[in-house]
Amino acid sequence: MPFRLERQETVSGLALLAAPLLALIFTLIVGAVMFVALGQDPIRAFSVYFIEPLSDPWTLQELVVKAGPLLLIGIGLSFCYRANRWNIGAEGQYVAGAVLGSWLALATHGTEAGPWVLPAMLVLGALGGALWGLIPAVLRVKFGASEILTSLMLVYVAQLGLDYLVRGPWRDPQGFNFPQSVTFDPVATMPLLFEEGRLHAGVLVGLVAVALAAFVLGRTLVGFSIELGGSAPRAAAFAGFDERRVTYGVFALSGALAGLAGIIEVAGPIGNLQPSISPGYGFTAIIAAMLGRLHPVGVLIASLVLALTYIGGEAAQITLRMPFDVTRVFQGTLLISILAADVLVRYRIRRLKGAAHA
Amino acid sequence: MPDVTILAAVLASIVAAATPLLLAALGELVAERAGTLNLGVEGMMIVGAAVGYATAYGSGSLILGTLAAVIAGTLLSLVFAGLAIWLAANQVASGLATTILGLGLAGLVGANYVGTRLDAAPELHIPGLSDLPLVGPVVFGQDAFVYASLILLAFVAWGLSRTRAGLVLRAVGESHGAAHALGHPVRRIRTLAVMFGGACAGLAGAHLSLAYTPFWASDMTAGRGWIALALVVFSAWKPLWLLAGAYLFGAVSILQLHVQGFGLGIPAQLLSALPYLATIAALVVISALKRGQGAPASLGVPFVPDR
Repeated sequence: MPFRLERQETVSGLALLAAPLLALIFTLIVGAVMFVALGQDPIRAFSVYFIEPLSDPWTLQELVVKAGPLLLIGIGLSFCYRANRWNIGAEGQYVAGAVLGSWLALATHGTEAGPWVLPAMLVLGALGGALWGLIPAVLRVKFGASEILTSLMLVYVAQLGLDYLVRGPWRDPQGFNFPQSVTFDPVATMPLLFEEGRLHAGVLVGLVAVALAAFVLGRTLVGFSIELGGSAPRAAAFAGFDERRVTYGVFALSGALAGLAGIIEVAGPIGNLQPSISPGYGFTAIIAAMLGRLHPVGVLIASLVLALTYIGGEAAQITLRMPFDVTRVFQGTLLISILAADVLVRYRIRRLKGAAHA
Repeated sequence: MPDVTILAAVLASIVAAATPLLLAALGELVAERAGTLNLGVEGMMIVGAAVGYATAYGSGSLILGTLAAVIAGTLLSLVFAGLAIWLAANQVASGLATTILGLGLAGLVGANYVGTRLDAAPELHIPGLSDLPLVGPVVFGQDAFVYASLILLAFVAWGLSRTRAGLVLRAVGESHGAAHALGHPVRRIRTLAVMFGGACAGLAGAHLSLAYTPFWASDMTAGRGWIALALVVFSAWKPLWLLAGAYLFGAVSILQLHVQGFGLGIPAQLLSALPYLATIAALVVISALKRGQGAPASLGVPFVPDR
């Protein structure tokens, strides 16, 4: 299979759109192989996994609910990855935001606090995520420590901190010793969009974020400095853009959006603080950012696709008794496929004749 | 002398806890010296743990299980190599993808073994040496994985600094352009280095599920692959420093367990967070001191030959 990669000078719009589609098709083929290997009828499994959730209004709502956190986190991560800063600890920033926001919900629990509580919780959630996200940024700027490893390590620290709180000081005294906080008051809960179902106002926050992010990235100097700092750091330095400020900025922003996602989830679908408040949204959002080509609208579509793997995974767990890890395999394969398909965008592949060594 | 016995037992448990870190970090060190940053260590390790356990459980042979773990880790490393080396994809993203896929695959393999147990790999006593006071039980009363990790360490340290193959591998990691101009097959060498890393991570996983805690639990690696990555930075890419780093982290994780046992009123979660906090602290200190010195110059940069 001797081949050669030649750098493409211009990126064709067609290839840019074709790559994610190619990746999806490849993932489905791998999925079929996996279903067969697990002793399932692939047609039936595909139907349970990908078709049935889309044909039922209740699960369609659920799809949007699950896509919400992926969208928010994924947009923040897009800023980071465009700037070539590798925040892979969004899961920890999500937890930190949920914890700080929940503090207010618990502090005002049972009081006469007014409707200011929920907005204040959202602000605190974003603040908590931003502060947690700034730790790796500071350690990188001040000491040169790898932000990849520190941001990831802080995920474990945040999860253990949450675990301590809900088993210790924040445990519901009337909760029969279950490790969870009291259920939030109505003023501390995300309002539902419709009487029926679970679709809540947090989804709208995600849509606002898409519009704002698209504007900032496409139309402002800030967006340009992020882009340039990632693709041509020396040029950015000559242009007078401060590399450190970009690092702080993208980490604070992605942390804030992850924290916002965390508090929305806790104040919305979950309703109280528990030891486990995320099925790995912070990691799956990395895939959403990549699959969405680091563009807000792309991330929106990618979040829906990835939310489908969550919903399908839950359905397959119940009806086909398949382990939930099927979802992780799908998500991993999807990321691998999109990275592989990207080669089509960046390079022209030339087949080589005869023996050629690498 | 009971004090010596207790001390020996604690030291021996530190060595056991450090071994998977040392094994995985050794493999990653070789991959990084060749210029590839593979963040897939956690995934390759847990696949090794799952496949190793399933094979050992099915066949009744720990040796077969270990072999299967090494092969599984190597196969998964080829996914990373294909993406990051042959398709010149971003190495950070490729490594993350490898880890996510690995966690999923390991969950699928291990799903049928939840709640089962195996007999742990036996300790191999060496006549004469094992009877020495203190040193005997700590160094010479361990399972085969511990010996293997030390032999591998010596092999890597010697191979990298004293052999022609090691010199070529380091050249590829320092300047892939120059190595290519000299006629060295850069991508093939990097692939081999990444495969070695995968094999080591698989072996580390086998140590977890066949010797250290001989059962299967999803997420049983608990971030050890990531700590191994940090250890490579901590060692400034020098094999012998890995030994010190791995044993230091083994000590932190064992000591926090003992403190939890005493029940001093410190929250268990805070103590459990210590290895991760120690990793961050170590990264910060070493980065502040070295400011990136010691890192292979081409680390993380994809190589696409012009001709």
